[in-house]
Amino acid sequence: MGKSPAEARDGASSGSFLRASRCAGVLLLCVVSLAGCAKGILQPEGPVGGADSKILLDAVGIMSAIVVPTIVALVVIAWWFRASNTRARYQPDFVYSGRLEIIVWAIPILVIMFLGGLTWIGAHELDPYVPIQSSAKDPPLDVQVISLDWKWLFIYPQQRVASVNELVIPARTPVHFYLTSASVMNQFFVPQLGSMIATMNGMQTQLFLQADHRGDYYGVSAQFSGDGFSGMHFIVHAVAPADFQHWVAATRQNGPVLDRNGYFDLLRDSCDVRPFTYRSADPSLFAAVVRRQLPPSSGPSVGRAGPGVRAVGCG
Amino acid sequence: MSAEPARACVPWAAADMLGKLTWNAIPFDQPIPLAAGSLVFLVLIAVIAWVIIRGHLPYLWHEWITSVDHKRIGVMYTILGLVMLLRGFVDAIMMRSQQAFAFHAGGYLPPEHYDQVFSAHGTIMIFFAAMPLMIGLMNFAVPLQLGVRDVAFPTFNSTSFWLTATGALLVNLSLVVGEFSRAMWLPYPPLSELRYSPGVGVDYYLWALQISGVGTLLTGINFVTTILKIRAPGMSYLRMPIFCWTALATNLLIIAAFPVLTATLGMLLLDRYVGFHFFTNSAGGNMMMFVNLIWAWGHPEVYILVLPAFGIFSEVISTFSGKPLFGYRSMVAATMFICLVSFLVWLHHFFTMGAGGNVNAVFGIATAIIAVGTGVKIYNWMFTMYGGRIRFTTPMLWALAFVLTFTLGGMTGVLLSVPPADFQLHNSMFLVAHFHNVIIAGVLFGAFAGITYWFPKAFGFRLHEGWGKAAVVLTVAGFYTTFVPLYALGLLGMTRRLQSYDVAAWRPWVIAAGAGIIVFCGALACQVMQLVASIRQRESLRDLTGDPWNGRSLEWSTASPPPAFNYAVLPNVEGEEPYWQIKRRAIETQQLAAEPDYKPIEMPRNSPTGFITAFFCTVTGFALIWHIWWMVGLGLLGAYVVFVWFAWRDRDEEVIPAEEVARVDRARRRVRAQWLAHNAREEWLAVHGQRETA
Repeated sequence: MGKSPAEARDGASSGSFLRASRCAGVLLLCVVSLAGCAKGILQPEGPVGGADSKILLDAVGIMSAIVVPTIVALVVIAWWFRASNTRARYQPDFVYSGRLEIIVWAIPILVIMFLGGLTWIGAHELDPYVPIQSSAKDPPLDVQVISLDWKWLFIYPQQRVASVNELVIPARTPVHFYLTSASVMNQFFVPQLGSMIATMNGMQTQLFLQADHRGDYYGVSAQFSGDGFSGMHFIVHAVAPADFQHWVAATRQNGPVLDRNGYFDLLRDSCDVRPFTYRSADPSLFAAVVRRQLPPSSGPSVGRAGPGVRAVGCG
Repeated sequence: MSAEPARACVPWAAADMLGKLTWNAIPFDQPIPLAAGSLVFLVLIAVIAWVIIRGHLPYLWHEWITSVDHKRIGVMYTILGLVMLLRGFVDAIMMRSQQAFAFHAGGYLPPEHYDQVFSAHGTIMIFFAAMPLMIGLMNFAVPLQLGVRDVAFPTFNSTSFWLTATGALLVNLSLVVGEFSRAMWLPYPPLSELRYSPGVGVDYYLWALQISGVGTLLTGINFVTTILKIRAPGMSYLRMPIFCWTALATNLLIIAAFPVLTATLGMLLLDRYVGFHFFTNSAGGNMMMFVNLIWAWGHPEVYILVLPAFGIFSEVISTFSGKPLFGYRSMVAATMFICLVSFLVWLHHFFTMGAGGNVNAVFGIATAIIAVGTGVKIYNWMFTMYGGRIRFTTPMLWALAFVLTFTLGGMTGVLLSVPPADFQLHNSMFLVAHFHNVIIAGVLFGAFAGITYWFPKAFGFRLHEGWGKAAVVLTVAGFYTTFVPLYALGLLGMTRRLQSYDVAAWRPWVIAAGAGIIVFCGALACQVMQLVASIRQRESLRDLTGDPWNGRSLEWSTASPPPAFNYAVLPNVEGEEPYWQIKRRAIETQQLAAEPDYKPIEMPRNSPTGFITAFFCTVTGFALIWHIWWMVGLGLLGAYVVFVWFAWRDRDEEVIPAEEVARVDRARRRVRAQWLAHNAREEWLAVHGQRETA
């Protein structure tokens, strides 16, 4: 993200504490995850993911500065004042101290004030709707995302192609996602690229993401959406911009057509759908879904009104 | 698609009499629920048969089922909570083992079954395990601590319990008749709407919660009235034990929040039953309204559960540190602060719906602010221990395990309140680990601490310490082996509720979490052994004086178990920790206070109202789920008639004669006098000796 010189200066002066606390945070989380090789949100591959996880580690660091000493003090006090310790002084009248009360309220308040600042800035800078400041000369790539039962549809309105359960994007170029759902709520989430956002029927959400490097990134739905939910994952291929053009050109060569009829076919329940592409896509489709001009998916066709436990759609 | 294909294939006309209910509802082709259900059914039949054959039925009916005694109802709530905890734990075992086997494979639970298991796990653990445990402990301890004879509305109290039991019964019935909801523990529409969940599962969920919700609301009204209006003479608000304060806060939250839940679920019911469009995908419905409303109840609910636990820990830490609670007024302030702010944070459950920077920031900061109240409590508990003489009994170990573990959970909670962090952790295994971290460490440890702490008061003997301590150690070990891997999985991008997965990096952590469940099983075995060993050795664990822990609040001044009327004469409260003062005075003067003038006591009569109402509500709920409309009418009529009959009763109290009161209380005084003769001299010397050196 672009920083003004003034911001950068501020960053330098307050940076040392944050750096130290971040180190503490990284340390703590590494102990937890031991995930040097595994790909998760702590191995971000884009500016949004990087900023998200930086704030995450900052917050852990700030809190650890208080929480760790508190835990240590609790253990030490509980052990030292054990009934069998004759060296510990019994002070049954130590039940109130104005000074301690002030400290007791002040410590959490100070931490929360500090974190509150972090929250305020973070919530605004990393609002999913805020475009990414990028050095790339190309304008952001628009991708329309529709979550269906149970697969992801990605429409490239400028390129007029589409894909299912597979998202190809140029690396180092911001991608502007417009998202909605054809049935129930889902969450669009590529852990290594950054923030997730909900997809809801009759509504449109937006999200900006960018991959800094070429690579394949795992994407999921982060909102349970029914029996086929576990199969609702996809791969993001971040490729060189030239390769992206090649991919578009190749995609236009073959595959089915995503017009309204093609969309109705896709609308039917299906599970663990293998990725495929459409050689042409109707760019007005997405708006029609958002405006509910196209009906939402009709839900499970098996088991309707039936009382028993039956697989629906995935059988 | 035809709207009603089922009707067409019903071969006989009488089937209409049973609505949607047919033999198809019994999952004969599903071995797991069928076997589990049959087992539960057989055990139930065996227990009932045993009760009848051994002639215990009259005792059960007169002393328990129709009892309006707050102590008995508290015990029944707690037993219900423990049984449901077991059921929820079985679901947890199934979920963890399913995921352990489900790498690149289907595991042993197909999605339509796995989805029910996690929906049932959440529903049961929150509504039918955690809530009954907390309400049960409040029921048992609050009137005793306030120094009074019962709650404000004893028959309501019984009704509350039986309505909660109705909800639990319906949820468990869904195991063998039909199905349970597959739409998560909070049924987010449109998934929970008729279009996407056409089965009866969501209806089971909704009616179970609507019926038990009425019971919970009655509990809230009952306890707020009790605490505000019925206290021993001299017990001003700022002399109430801290547990009563947290109970007050919790029940205020219940009164404010549960109607929201009922209304929200009511709207979903209207959508599902009569074709309304509150939350549907069509005709202008908007599911975001549901999400906002359900969390307007849901977040206070978290504090409804955890505040009484905070109260229990405060009592336990103070008692076993041999000190009054440090910063009592500060603790009261922190409790009421949490009570208020808990209504202002609900949006943090859906930062990722795209509300925008300002909204997310405000709710994020409000969420972090709640942590101030909790932080204050942690420091006050620390200073309560400072300068104490800490006895590491089982309840105290639960409390210590809580403070240490909960602090971590609080930290991950504040972390999730920072929107950009939540953008990556929302609905992940990290979130799952976080709320188990606060609910297990807070509510469950609190319930276990409370149960071991008040068990001798309820039953007259202490629980076995060795098995209890083993249970603490194994529970804590099980907690960390299960949930630290889940934290790691969240950081690796794993979302919750996955029936199967194909990311190799997740696998070792998923298996580690599965191993943690095995440790939890060990903890469960210790809990069972603790109960068995305690009952076997009850004579040596007997609490003769009524004050096994050297307690400080009024409940320890009466006998264990207390007589039905709790106190022969209502205690006169002259300060905080009234019983501690009475005890000090007895030790100083080397004698008990003078024998009071015993008078007859009026106590509420037992009443089957609650049980019979709940029976008709069960019928109504079942009939509504299966669209058996004549039975709905019958059930509602029955419930109404019961209440009219109750309202027309001409005798609602019975009198315990003064001689009986005197006899019971003199027995207690005799034991106390013996205790004084044996121990008080040494205590006196210890106190005075120490004053000289100090």
